[in-house]
Amino acid sequence: MDESSSDYEELIAELEEVYETDYEVGQDNIERFGLDMHNPVFFVSAGLIVLFVVVSLLFPEVAKSALEATKSWIQVVFDWVLLSAGNVFVLFCIALILLPVGRIRIGGDDAVPDFSLVSWFAMLFAAGIGIGLMFWGVAEPAAYYTEWYGTPLDIEGFTEQARPAALGATMYHWGLHPWSIYAVVALALAFFAYNKGLPLTIRSTFYPLLGDRVWGPIGNVIDILAVLATVFGLATSLGFGAQQAAAGIGFLFDISGGLTTQLTIIGCVTAVALISVVRGIDGGVKLLSNINMSLALLLLLFVIVAGSLSAFLANYGQTLGGYFDYILPLSNPVGRTDDMFYHEWTIFYWAWWISWSPFVGMFIARVSRGRTVRQFLTAVLIVPTLVTTVWMAAFGGSGLDQIEQGVGELADGIGDDALVLFQMLDNLPLSSITSMLGICLVLVFFVTSSDSGSLVIDSITSGGKTDAPVTQRVFWATMQGVIAAVLLSLGGTAALDALQAGAVSTGLPFTFVLLAMCISLALGLRHEHQLNQAIEA
Amino acid sequence: MFERIMVPVVLDHVDRMERTLKAAADLAERYEASVTYVAVSGKVPNAVAKTPEKFAAELDMFAREQGSQAGISTDALTITSNDPAAELEHRLLEAVETTGADLVVMGSHPPGVADALHLIGSHAAWLVRHADVSVFVVR
Repeated sequence: MDESSSDYEELIAELEEVYETDYEVGQDNIERFGLDMHNPVFFVSAGLIVLFVVVSLLFPEVAKSALEATKSWIQVVFDWVLLSAGNVFVLFCIALILLPVGRIRIGGDDAVPDFSLVSWFAMLFAAGIGIGLMFWGVAEPAAYYTEWYGTPLDIEGFTEQARPAALGATMYHWGLHPWSIYAVVALALAFFAYNKGLPLTIRSTFYPLLGDRVWGPIGNVIDILAVLATVFGLATSLGFGAQQAAAGIGFLFDISGGLTTQLTIIGCVTAVALISVVRGIDGGVKLLSNINMSLALLLLLFVIVAGSLSAFLANYGQTLGGYFDYILPLSNPVGRTDDMFYHEWTIFYWAWWISWSPFVGMFIARVSRGRTVRQFLTAVLIVPTLVTTVWMAAFGGSGLDQIEQGVGELADGIGDDALVLFQMLDNLPLSSITSMLGICLVLVFFVTSSDSGSLVIDSITSGGKTDAPVTQRVFWATMQGVIAAVLLSLGGTAALDALQAGAVSTGLPFTFVLLAMCISLALGLRHEHQLNQAIEA
Repeated sequence: MFERIMVPVVLDHVDRMERTLKAAADLAERYEASVTYVAVSGKVPNAVAKTPEKFAAELDMFAREQGSQAGISTDALTITSNDPAAELEHRLLEAVETTGADLVVMGSHPPGVADALHLIGSHAAWLVRHADVSVFVVR
């Protein structure tokens, strides 16, 4: 009896020692002018951002062709790597839900959640994916059905078979796969920060593999790459988003959707994001996310009812059925012949989700304390996927119905992809109100991406601190707006294209980072599980 | 004149707070008041401690040390926040209520350009403007 209990004590000591680091949060930081910045992550990131922006403004065409060539090269040569990695992340998450490690609670057994379930879900959507659902909810199924730019598995458009394929393939891009990518990063960050006491930066998730080396150059590279991917991902989507929102406003109100309107939109989005980051998570991000989620639900219910409930139910069946039928063939990297769909849609999305995963993952991590691994993964994987099926069935389904019935502008095919949502709403009742609501949703989703992104960049560039001076998050939120505005007004679409291709290209290195993160997380969770069992015994 | 003095503490920079702590201790002795040290901790690991619980333990120990050094009665209040950088000022204002303090003694930097522009002023200045009780700003 005594012998076995001392065995347990030894095991406990051994397991705890793995994570005993002398590293203190903020020990590499420089404090000057009332700021608190990680050296070198803050300075190198800021310097590289300026460098990339200047180069893409001076040589927009060269930068565009170089970075887009990189992106295409990744999409074509590493297609199977990205697709298989996506599958690995889904299987990994499902395994963690089923295994006994699912019992581990983020933040320790006594931790209680910091946010209600409703606010938590609202923030999950608002950080990364909400804006995409607005733009692609109608456009993507419509694109596949009308053979706009490739079709899934080369299924012929405008056919009976094309409907479930279009809805199912869209679900495949917005369902379990993106959420499991975010879930892996989020869980790893949350676990190593809240359970193991490591700073909330990307590098910490590799502690079981690399030990104290994560605080050195390897960690710096990982963190800087994460900052660059996030800043350019957010700034370029803000730039393109401003163009699209301006086009939408032009479509609705007879205002020119030109540069002035676009810059005004960037200015407004950045200003609201600034107010939000200054007010903080509870007073800003959470509040806006909740407002936006209520508005989005309202619009969703309206589209379901206005487009007729029976049509929605039929579309829902097709969405869910299509997802089930096509998830396996679309996840298969071998022997694909649907090049255009496979590379330009699926692999692009996968690179995009992965390049955004440090940002979305870290934000989710920050708000997920107090939930068990099983609750966390179920909530991050299953619930958003189900919500998205409803969304796609309503928006995508209504779009397809209109195309089939030859109603409105959609019947003539997709002209400007930014306008598809509004063209669909145009043929439902109260379209002036719902289109306004649509524009508001798009803009506020931009704000909620920008503010949560700024909090994440701020945390990474201050070595994992969440109590660094507010000036720093103001700096990062402003940077995004300034970069978007400068690129748009001086470099035009070419400069935006260039930097967006650059941001998406980080998806490839991050794929390997994420795969290593899975191993590291598995090790960490196993240690924690053994530790909990030893303590119980 | 004063019964309870609240002293906001930045636990990882106690070395820069010498004058503030001294002023608070002297006032406490003079008026036979007790001192409550208040600090705001985030939920993620920070420079002081890896968990909010350990942070609270550190602050408790700090309060005891200050008490025995200065021979005054002290206690500690740790406030946890999802976003300490943004919420610090409001949390401190709430702490004035919860502790029932009638005097706040806190440190601040000399006012600079940012303060003059009303852009990003000091926490102390904000508390002076918003708290009902006396605030003693130590520079």
